[in-house]
Amino acid sequence: MAINWFKYSAPTTFYGLAGKLIPWFAIPSALLFAVGLYIGFFVAPTDAVQSEAYRIIFIHVPASILSMFIYLVMAGYAALGLIFNTRLSAMMASALAPTGALFAFISLWTGALWGKPMWGAWWVWDARLTSELILLFLYLGFIALHASIEDPRRADKAAALLAIVGSVNVPIIYFSVKWWNTLHQGASIKFTGTTMHVAMQQAMFITLVACWFYAIAVALARVRSIILERERRTQWVTELPEVCA
Amino acid sequence: MSVADFLSMKGYGLYVWGSYGVAFAIFLLEIVLVRRKRKTTLEQLRLMRDMEGEE
Repeated sequence: MAINWFKYSAPTTFYGLAGKLIPWFAIPSALLFAVGLYIGFFVAPTDAVQSEAYRIIFIHVPASILSMFIYLVMAGYAALGLIFNTRLSAMMASALAPTGALFAFISLWTGALWGKPMWGAWWVWDARLTSELILLFLYLGFIALHASIEDPRRADKAAALLAIVGSVNVPIIYFSVKWWNTLHQGASIKFTGTTMHVAMQQAMFITLVACWFYAIAVALARVRSIILERERRTQWVTELPEVCA
Repeated sequence: MSVADFLSMKGYGLYVWGSYGVAFAIFLLEIVLVRRKRKTTLEQLRLMRDMEGEE
């Protein structure tokens, strides 16, 4: 069976496809949050060292992972747009940036609320925390740079360069707890096994997938508006039922 | 475990609920903003079409 994947790289077809896909990510995301947080709060036991404060982990770790992952996907789309000059890739990069920035902010915010009771400080200039803060600034820089250039194609190119150069920061965040002596703890889940209780692992994994689906749903919803805005002079947009109405 | 015990999180309630409260407030805000953006974009497109129709 031959599927023409390039068909979906055109804004015309992707607009409709994205609209159909949104509920398939949005609804499972809400359900997974409910299940994951139920396990996280009612099944997972109290931590021996951190008591109940550790329960912040079920939002902190997924948000942190997503903030890094979304950045790489955004930089990947930006690079595709730069190399192949495809319109949709640049639009996807723009659609992902605000969601990535929000996850980076949630990571820092929940980290501060976890750091205060455990370390005695809301913030320390530790390598992990500092590189995550830089990630938030990279997202904001991407958004601001894109908004400051009037011609959208030129804005795409400039912002893409920033995104690609900035992606070097992601492995720095990830490996910071190994490379430097950080106050931030190392990974609890490793390829060689884990020190976490099984219910804690399940809750964290489920909320991670929930965040993942949320990010996909909201980015697809946002890219639809970006497509309409940037393709507004084309015939297919003016003929859409939601525009004709 | 009572509701009060659950909410107090053994004294860490402010930190735990402050984390989840802000995170979910951000998610809701983002959903509202994305929906509003779609609405205004469609309105602008209709306005553009009406203006072109008059020419």
